[in-house]
Amino acid sequence: MSDNASTLESHTPGLPTRLAEMAADRITGLGELSMNVVVEFGNIGLFSYRTMRWLVTRFARRETIVPAFYQIGVLSLPVVALTGTFIGMVLAVQSYAQFHMLGLETRLGAVINMSLVRELGPVLAATMLAGRVGSSIAAELGTMRVTEQIDALSSMGADPIHYLVVPRFLGCLIMIPTLTLMADFMGVVGGAFYSIYFLGIDAHHYMENSQQYVGMFDLFNGVFKSLFFGAAIALISCHRGFHCDPGAEGVGRAATSAFVYSFVVILILDLLLGISLEGLYASLWPEGRQML
Amino acid sequence: MTATDSENSLIQVEGLGVTFGRQSVLRDLNLTIPRGQTLAIIGESGCGKTVLLKAIIGLIHPTRGRILFDGRDFFDLSERELPGQRIRFGFLFQQAALFDSMTVAQNVAFPLRQHTRHDAGHIRRTVVERLAEVGLPENVVDKKPAELSGGMRKRVGLARALVLEPEVILYDEPTTGLDPIMSDVINQLILKTRQRHPVTSIVVTHDMRTTRKVADRVVMLYPLARLKPGAPQILFDGPPNQIESGTDSRVGQFVRGEAGERLMEMRETTAEENTAQEGTDG
Repeated sequence: MSDNASTLESHTPGLPTRLAEMAADRITGLGELSMNVVVEFGNIGLFSYRTMRWLVTRFARRETIVPAFYQIGVLSLPVVALTGTFIGMVLAVQSYAQFHMLGLETRLGAVINMSLVRELGPVLAATMLAGRVGSSIAAELGTMRVTEQIDALSSMGADPIHYLVVPRFLGCLIMIPTLTLMADFMGVVGGAFYSIYFLGIDAHHYMENSQQYVGMFDLFNGVFKSLFFGAAIALISCHRGFHCDPGAEGVGRAATSAFVYSFVVILILDLLLGISLEGLYASLWPEGRQML
Repeated sequence: MTATDSENSLIQVEGLGVTFGRQSVLRDLNLTIPRGQTLAIIGESGCGKTVLLKAIIGLIHPTRGRILFDGRDFFDLSERELPGQRIRFGFLFQQAALFDSMTVAQNVAFPLRQHTRHDAGHIRRTVVERLAEVGLPENVVDKKPAELSGGMRKRVGLARALVLEPEVILYDEPTTGLDPIMSDVINQLILKTRQRHPVTSIVVTHDMRTTRKVADRVVMLYPLARLKPGAPQILFDGPPNQIESGTDSRVGQFVRGEAGERLMEMRETTAEENTAQEGTDG
């Protein structure tokens, strides 16, 4: 019995050894993960560089541009407009009680419109674009990768980045300001409609306050940010599609990850651009803050 | 290789090695393909036939070695030179790889629209001619690839590969998934193409009927996973009529389609892998 126990002991490593092995495994795993992250960043960096180079060296073909713009811009308009309208109305519903307590309900327009134009309009338009267009781009390009259509393009002397990515990039970049403006406009209309017709706020004062507090810089702020969101959505979605794993599961994963990564990047960019633009505003109009 | 061979050779594969992650697919492969030859590359699934084909046209970057086409390496070319060199090839993909957002006519016209300045009428006429050459009527031109049968898709793929009259045609498993009659139609189209234009063809296949019917030369590759370290990956290189007279039993086994002891070997390999896996997990 004691012999058996000693044999067993000699084969089973002690607790410190096992702990050391587990720690080594974790460190190896962490190292591999860090390397993968660096490689992925490098990959998307190169992909973006190649897209930019094609963008400036040769204009995309008309037959690729028109469908991309239609798909990205025109077909996204209804859903963006609808989202904008409802968010405008929801903002009115949510803010009314507090403002009413202070007797400031006529100032509601300023708050709704400011939030919409600076923040919610661009972020919502970008989120809808990432969900509607980003995942569809990733799924479409992913299927093309899996069924060798991207290889077929290359084999026929067409560059897949020039043919497939550049039109989609341009579509997102150029159409997203329009979609943002649409979301802003419909949000403002929705907010005003609910405030005036359902909450009974005086229309004249509502409009006057709205105009007084929301300026051109706020509009520029939102539209400027949206350009970065559009570029990020296009690059991330096309990259996910191009590097799609084989099979239906791979295509599904590409579509999901395109949306998730785009959304995370939109939020990060929103914060960074928000900070930069606030800094710019403060340096251009130092007295502006005191007015509010 | 004599000086004449070297002058006449169109494609030279020199010490080619391709590795994906940790998996090696091709190792130290040397092959010279002269102009006008129809070469069949045969071998079981996973032996790297398609990878070799894609490496020849520069779709896969070799890990080691190089491939020269007409004396130039694809990966030494600038982005501007690359399309010009690529359109000297026509590639028929395994599943035809037609663009499913386009019609048949747009698919076949794609290379013409990319690389020529012909007007729409001329392009349409060329498309109809090319489709007729592969036995497809004019009424298919406005159909989408999803509306076609497997054999028709392959033929549209062939018409698209031939539309710019390339010097080299690469066929990736042209008869896989087709019925025997359609397979023979494709074989005859490969032969007809060769009679009509002086092309060099590389046919990747595991169909011995195709190999015997169309090839002047056969190269058999063997999967690296089943090969001893350092053993050559090319098991046979010669005319199709000599393929069964060789001494290597693995070649004969493939040609006759005999499983032999393969099922037992596969079970043993799986059992070994499982044991190794348990060892790693434990």
